[in-house]
Amino acid sequence: MIEVKNLHKSFDGKKILEDISAQFLSGKVNQIIGQSGSGKTVLMKSIIGLFRPEEGQVLYDGRNLVDMSGREVKRLRQEVGMLFQGSALFDSLTVLGNVMFPLEMFAKMTRKEMEERAKFCLTRVNLMPEKFGLYPGEISGGMQKRVAIARAIALNPKYLFCDEPNSGLDPVTSLVIDKLIEEITEEYNITTIVNTHDMNSIMETGAHIILIEKGHKAWEGSKDDIFTSDNKSLNDFVFASDLFKNVRKAVNNK
Amino acid sequence: MLKSFFKEVGEYCLLMRKTFSRPDNWRMVLKQVPTEMVKLGVDSVGIILIISVFMGVIMTMQVVLNTENPMLPRYTTGLMLRDTYLLEFSSTIMCLLLAGKVGSNIASEIGSMRVSEQIDAMEIMGVNSANYLILPKVLGLVLFMPVLVTFCVALGLLGGAGVAQFTDLITMSDYIYGIQYAFIPFYFTQGVIKSLFFGFIISSVSSFYGYYAYGGALAVGRASTHAVVNSSVIMLLADVVLTKIMLT
Repeated sequence: MIEVKNLHKSFDGKKILEDISAQFLSGKVNQIIGQSGSGKTVLMKSIIGLFRPEEGQVLYDGRNLVDMSGREVKRLRQEVGMLFQGSALFDSLTVLGNVMFPLEMFAKMTRKEMEERAKFCLTRVNLMPEKFGLYPGEISGGMQKRVAIARAIALNPKYLFCDEPNSGLDPVTSLVIDKLIEEITEEYNITTIVNTHDMNSIMETGAHIILIEKGHKAWEGSKDDIFTSDNKSLNDFVFASDLFKNVRKAVNNK
Repeated sequence: MLKSFFKEVGEYCLLMRKTFSRPDNWRMVLKQVPTEMVKLGVDSVGIILIISVFMGVIMTMQVVLNTENPMLPRYTTGLMLRDTYLLEFSSTIMCLLLAGKVGSNIASEIGSMRVSEQIDAMEIMGVNSANYLILPKVLGLVLFMPVLVTFCVALGLLGGAGVAQFTDLITMSDYIYGIQYAFIPFYFTQGVIKSLFFGFIISSVSSFYGYYAYGGALAVGRASTHAVVNSSVIMLLADVVLTKIMLT
């Protein structure tokens, strides 16, 4: 479990996050949602440790990231996997090479074992073996996301971070990626935090959701609570489109 | 302006400390050195070949045509060409050219990795990205510099020999006598030593600008320009210092 307590972060005197407290549960897809510029990426990067908060605590199963030495952070990061918005695959390495990279860096395995582990991860994300030798530029965006997930789980992480995993993907592929993240989270009991503003994603996999608005936590709940909540910030965000307004009417009239 | 200068120097020093810290995995870092040597060094041989030969030809002709003085011995041309190549051309001028080719390559490669979050991905994995990306480039270029210097000197002198062979501006015997006359072997060593420093400056300064290229494509372009301009200026300043130390 990851717990954030009274987190504050500002840039050049401008407050981006103010007094954020939240719990992210293990074995569940925890989502940080909010409009563009609301501070959700800053929150995620502060939790990972790419940004250092001015105040507050980030507890990884009780271990406070903010107080850790460089060496401790490094050790912790080997328990973390991350799926970036643009996949962030290494251009110079093949698909297999990308997944083997963290293993080659840190795992005490023979080359054959590493290859087997990398192939297992790629197969787990439903990637065909004929794609293993291709470079990231030679595969589709959806496949790149799958490779990035395979790379993120290669070292059996305890924590998985996904920054807008559906950006640039069509609705069908987005759904496949969402389901994959959900399955992997439950299968390996990972604490997964997904940063998204994709409504389909929220309604599909949002087991635990935190809404960020102007740097504050505006709402917390699950996807099932969305239709019954009277929180204004949540309603303004979720039911911004006519489609979802109609869905809410239909659900409430049942 | 002074504040931003010192900030940049400080950031550069911190990056170098990170770069030269103990690698997470020596094998992974050293595995890349030969690749970088090929990419940064061997792939630059073509441009060095063209420039060294042509500059050898042009300098030989210029010296012959501008020193038509009966007081000057006929071997002066070979002597001047040799010492110019050994002392300055093979190290400083060649490295200024390399700063353009190799410097922009390094800055844009690392800069693209920064803007596409590949460096962040490494950091999140717990990999020391500076060490993994920059150290092999520095080692690869620095270790290959003596080869480039030797190559540059040999080709420049060959260009001069071409002038002696195919024109009647200077005889081959005068030219050969000139390039052998009063040869000081330390001049070659000096060129090699300077090139090692310049190789380090090109690779580290260019990596620095690429590593901190925050933004999009524009930032990568800016990093590439800064890398070439600043490594050239720093190299010239270092040249003054190194020449003063080694020749006095």
